[in-house]
Amino acid sequence: MSELPQGSASRRVDPAGIVIAVVLAGLAAVLVWDASQLQSNNPYGMGPHVMPVVIAAGLGILAIGNLVEALRGHLPARESADPKAVWLILGGLALLIAIIGLGGGFIPATTALFATTATAFGRRAILTDLAIGFVLTTLIYLAFSRLLTLSLPAGPLERLF
Amino acid sequence: MDAFFALANGMAVALQPLNLLYALIGVLLGTAVGVLPGIGPALTVALLLPVTYKLDPGGSLIMFAGIYYGGMYGGSTTAILINTPGESASMATALEGNKMAKAGRGGPALATAAIGSFVAGTIATIGLAFLAPWLVDFAVNFGPEDYFALMCVAFVTVSATFGSSPIRGLTSLFIGLTLGLVGIDKLTGQARLAFGIPELLDGVEVTTLAVGLFAVGEALYVVSRRHHSEEKLEPVRGSLWMTKQDWQRSWKPWLRGTMIGFPIGALPAGGAEIPTFLSYSTEKRLTKYPEEFGKGAIEGVAGPEAANNASAAGTLVPLLTLGLPTSATAAMMLAGFQQYGLNPGPLLFAERPELVWGLIASLFIANVMLLVLNLPLVGLWVKLLAIPQPWLYAGILVFATTGTIAAKPSVVELSMLAGFGVMGFLMRRFDFPIAPVVIGLILGPIAESQLRRAMSISLGDPMALLQSPMSATLLAIALIALVAPFVMQGLGRFRANED
Repeated sequence: MSELPQGSASRRVDPAGIVIAVVLAGLAAVLVWDASQLQSNNPYGMGPHVMPVVIAAGLGILAIGNLVEALRGHLPARESADPKAVWLILGGLALLIAIIGLGGGFIPATTALFATTATAFGRRAILTDLAIGFVLTTLIYLAFSRLLTLSLPAGPLERLF
Repeated sequence: MDAFFALANGMAVALQPLNLLYALIGVLLGTAVGVLPGIGPALTVALLLPVTYKLDPGGSLIMFAGIYYGGMYGGSTTAILINTPGESASMATALEGNKMAKAGRGGPALATAAIGSFVAGTIATIGLAFLAPWLVDFAVNFGPEDYFALMCVAFVTVSATFGSSPIRGLTSLFIGLTLGLVGIDKLTGQARLAFGIPELLDGVEVTTLAVGLFAVGEALYVVSRRHHSEEKLEPVRGSLWMTKQDWQRSWKPWLRGTMIGFPIGALPAGGAEIPTFLSYSTEKRLTKYPEEFGKGAIEGVAGPEAANNASAAGTLVPLLTLGLPTSATAAMMLAGFQQYGLNPGPLLFAERPELVWGLIASLFIANVMLLVLNLPLVGLWVKLLAIPQPWLYAGILVFATTGTIAAKPSVVELSMLAGFGVMGFLMRRFDFPIAPVVIGLILGPIAESQLRRAMSISLGDPMALLQSPMSATLLAIALIALVAPFVMQGLGRFRANED
């Protein structure tokens, strides 16, 4: 994110655009490989492998198109970004996934996400935000389980309700 | 006169107390999310899909439509008062509306937006009610090859023809089509792109994709450039009411905006940006007060606001009659139909008339509710804008993940949500449009199954696609729409070189 070129890099080769083109070409290769694993014993009509190959061809052409745009420096100008804040939110999401995966329950997981997101947006009151997040997510949990009768993952905390 | 009869029956359904309640919840939620920056109607419907799974289909769909209409109303409030359009459809409104608010005429700006939306929404819904049966009669004879060709047109117009860059739009579309391949192939039972992960056998959930792209992606994008923007809320000063002159200057733009918005919305052209900007430039050309444009001309608010509501109604025409979504919100509504095992199209009009016509009739009711609720409650909506940004986005992310956790509380699904969030962030950063991904995911599998049906009827002869006059015409249109932007770009470059 921050390592990407900043400002208007018009008329210069844009490395980010080349990465995009490579990713698209890689995706096309995966599609073709996956389609080659399918059995096609369909004498009439069209087997399941046709559409992936067609889409892969499209992705291949688009990879070339994106490459040309990148080499010409036609990518839109980008503003500088704050990578720390982005990583903080991604960290919050990772924390959420870990807590849910380890059976910690809905309320602690989403409370952690709430607090990290608020911090990423510039708040410096982690304890207050944890408390707000806790109240909010507890209300959501109760609304889901009581009003909508939808079950959210329960950990030690949720079993108290 | 069939439409009158059907509409009257629909009105009886829509006026049932429970359905009125759903419509009310829908318009309130829709206005709220329209006002709030960072969430739009498409995301809201995506978030509600897992929650409404157990509710009555008719009621939920009425609520979704209310959200769609409400979002169009609410977006204008944000555009006028803080110059940050909540929706891309409100960008044109912000041009003049915010200038009016700065000049102390925020009240009339909000009023002409609300009344114009009502006028346009009502006329366009009448248009929907009369156009739909006619289109259904026409579409009933469509074969699978015709549907496939129609979807090709939609793919091309949504991604390539009207975007800023056809290559980036098509890239978005093909990423969506790729995601649509994931899962078990319905005809042969073989898994595609599942890589042995059991969670992937069911395919990519459209809600996970939409919530990841719209909510997580948007939050990451906004936080990454938080240090750039300063938002300033203009207080609503002076009278809320429009003067006689305001009325005189507004009514024609309302009607012209409707005439521009409805047909463009109904064509598979996608999005409300084109009609709103078209309406803005039309009003700028026709106005008797050209000196006011750029300083807060009421015509520049009245026209685009009417156009965006009319185009919202217009998008429902292909959605209901052909099952063809042409905007992100329409795609999410199609997912809403599918979650109840319903497929919009001619068959649905025949099999579940009470549902379809109840939905159409409820749009009239939603419009009236929005008109009555919006102006008196404008103070309340403005208060929503006072929610501090950290809590707003923290709350959005909590709700966003809650939807996914409620639907599928698995580590794989949540990781996909986070992954789509990163994808949404990168797409915003590199200016790739988001809506074609969602449309590709939801429409790709349908297009494939129509194509395979056509191929098995023709015993594998691809010429069948060209033998039906309908599908041949549509494929030709798709081809022209695909090539046109490249040709025009080439011409533009040629001209630029000459200068």
